Amino acid sequence: MSAIDLPVRPGAAETFDCRVAFAETLAELARADKRIVAVCNDSVGSSNLNAFRDEFPDRLINVGIAEQNMVGVAAGLANAGFIPFVCCAGPFLTGRALEQIKADVAYNNYGVVLCGQSPGMSYGELGPTHHSIEDFAWMRALSDITILNPADPQQTRDAVRWAAGADRPIYMRVGRFKVPAVTPAGTAFEPGRAVVLREGGDVALIATGVLVSRALEAAERLSAQGISARVINMHTIAPLDEAAILAAARETRGIVTAEEAVVSGGLGSAVAELVVQRHPAPMRILGVPHFAPTGSASFLLDHFGLNADGLVRAAIELVG
Amino acid sequence: MSPPQERSSAAGLAETARQIRLSILDTIAAPRMGHIGGDLSVTDVLVTLFFGVMRYRPGEPDWADRDRFVLSKGHCSAALYSVLAQAGYFERSQLQSFMAPLSALNGHPNRRKIKGVEANTGPLGHGLPFAVGCAAGGRIAGAGYRTFVVLGDGELQEGSNWEAAMYAGHRGLDNLCAVVDRNRLQQGARTEDTNSLEPLADKWRAFGWDTVELDGHDHAALLRAFEAPRDGRPRVLIANTIKGKGVSFIEDRVEWHHKVPSPEQMLRAREELNRMELAQ
Ligand SMILES: Cc1ncc(C[n+]2csc(CCOP(=O)(O)OP(=O)(O)O)c2C)c(N)n1
Ligand SMILES: [Mg+2]
Repeated sequence: MSAIDLPVRPGAAETFDCRVAFAETLAELARADKRIVAVCNDSVGSSNLNAFRDEFPDRLINVGIAEQNMVGVAAGLANAGFIPFVCCAGPFLTGRALEQIKADVAYNNYGVVLCGQSPGMSYGELGPTHHSIEDFAWMRALSDITILNPADPQQTRDAVRWAAGADRPIYMRVGRFKVPAVTPAGTAFEPGRAVVLREGGDVALIATGVLVSRALEAAERLSAQGISARVINMHTIAPLDEAAILAAARETRGIVTAEEAVVSGGLGSAVAELVVQRHPAPMRILGVPHFAPTGSASFLLDHFGLNADGLVRAAIELVG
Repeated sequence: MSPPQERSSAAGLAETARQIRLSILDTIAAPRMGHIGGDLSVTDVLVTLFFGVMRYRPGEPDWADRDRFVLSKGHCSAALYSVLAQAGYFERSQLQSFMAPLSALNGHPNRRKIKGVEANTGPLGHGLPFAVGCAAGGRIAGAGYRTFVVLGDGELQEGSNWEAAMYAGHRGLDNLCAVVDRNRLQQGARTEDTNSLEPLADKWRAFGWDTVELDGHDHAALLRAFEAPRDGRPRVLIANTIKGKGVSFIEDRVEWHHKVPSPEQMLRAREELNRMELAQ
């Protein structure tokens, strides 16, 4: 799928499937570095790896529908000197192969890049088995894994480039739900360093991934109501940008976090764990409270209030 | 209590299978989503089980002695829902809500919403361990029900299947019967080009299973295999099938794993199914 055939609402910003930027960047890196391999689970098409397979047939390792094996094999490939990018639908990667990720990747401390494709609720109607909303909580419970959630194509490209050279365990979401570009040109990507997209002193909206553009929209609407909202793109869930969060706790009257993930154990929890110990501040944690009902990705985001309306409501509750 | 449903003859099953295939087309037409290839390959197995073999009471879905059925390849929910509606678990008109917002008919089956579903499948490799538990539980309780589970062939690449197969063989669970929908295709390619399964029958035999290979579209052969006397081993039917069976332009083509026919293609597909010769 290319960015060109998108159904764009008149007047709406152009939106992108980050899997395209991901696959293009991976191929680009693979051309320059023979150590880069892609490892997948019958997911060549869904991970956009058809071109990679055609160009580097020996460096695409498709183990079939066998995710535990896939992650174990990736760790072994890292041992053999390769830089494996594991490309697998988010739920089957983090859920099915959780112990392989813990023992074979994290505890061994191998440089494996785990790429959770089509994360969050982007598989919509396929239902909770196919949603990957527990990934932040599960990955956060492990030591020594960097957790990235790029918000747009530019951050996706930057994250992939950084990951290829990082030589450490990494989990990254690769979004399928179409998002607008939110990163200002020239913004450097530093893992663990959040991007403040908008300054504001009344409330801080700390958002990640799909929720970032929605937080910007909410800030715009809040400003019309005289509430000045800071918007922070928290593209790294671990390690957390403590300085940015503590500044928000000190300099505003409350923090709203927003993520396309379960409300326990993810970004909101990480922020709460920090502020409650270092600078207590009123908070609202927006996320998914329960297995989702049937519905499209966009329906479900709205259903759970993961949109500008929900953010505005939470901000007003806190500081209005 | 409703009486056990009527058993159908092979000829009756063939006609029912045609109706189910038409129902699958209608079901996926509304959301324009679904897994048509695997739906059409597994139809004859489902129809034979539900209308020729299994004992269950749609009006009493929790009947303790019901035969258990698990569709491990849960992506083929449109086929399962069509069969469950035909069996009387819910109104056929409800099929129109497939994958609609807040519908009970989720893309993968949800037992909290639909009676007749024993396990919420979708992630591949879960059905067989679950079915082993159903069968082992039936054995411990001294219950007479049988447990049936339908697996995809690509799905067999998941190691969990072989852990379960080993244990079922060890326990000699002959109240358990698995069916492999051997259509030789998985999501992105042929199974044998991805991670080959052959010699598949030998593998099952080595795990202690009574292994039968047959034509998975032959209702009479399926009936015989399901009803053959049991010998103290779990049974597996390796059902050789054609992915997309019944619609020429869908049959045996990898790209039809989850493509949805255009409206014109839907018409052609319906015509072909209406003309389909029913083998006796
Ligand atoms: C654990 C897991 N990994 C990956 C998938 C994605 N997936 C859905 S269907 C499918 C192919 C299944 O092939 P097969 O078992 O042969 O089924 P069929 O040909 O009958 O459709 C895949 C890879 C999944 N549902 N679960
Ligand atoms: Mg198959």
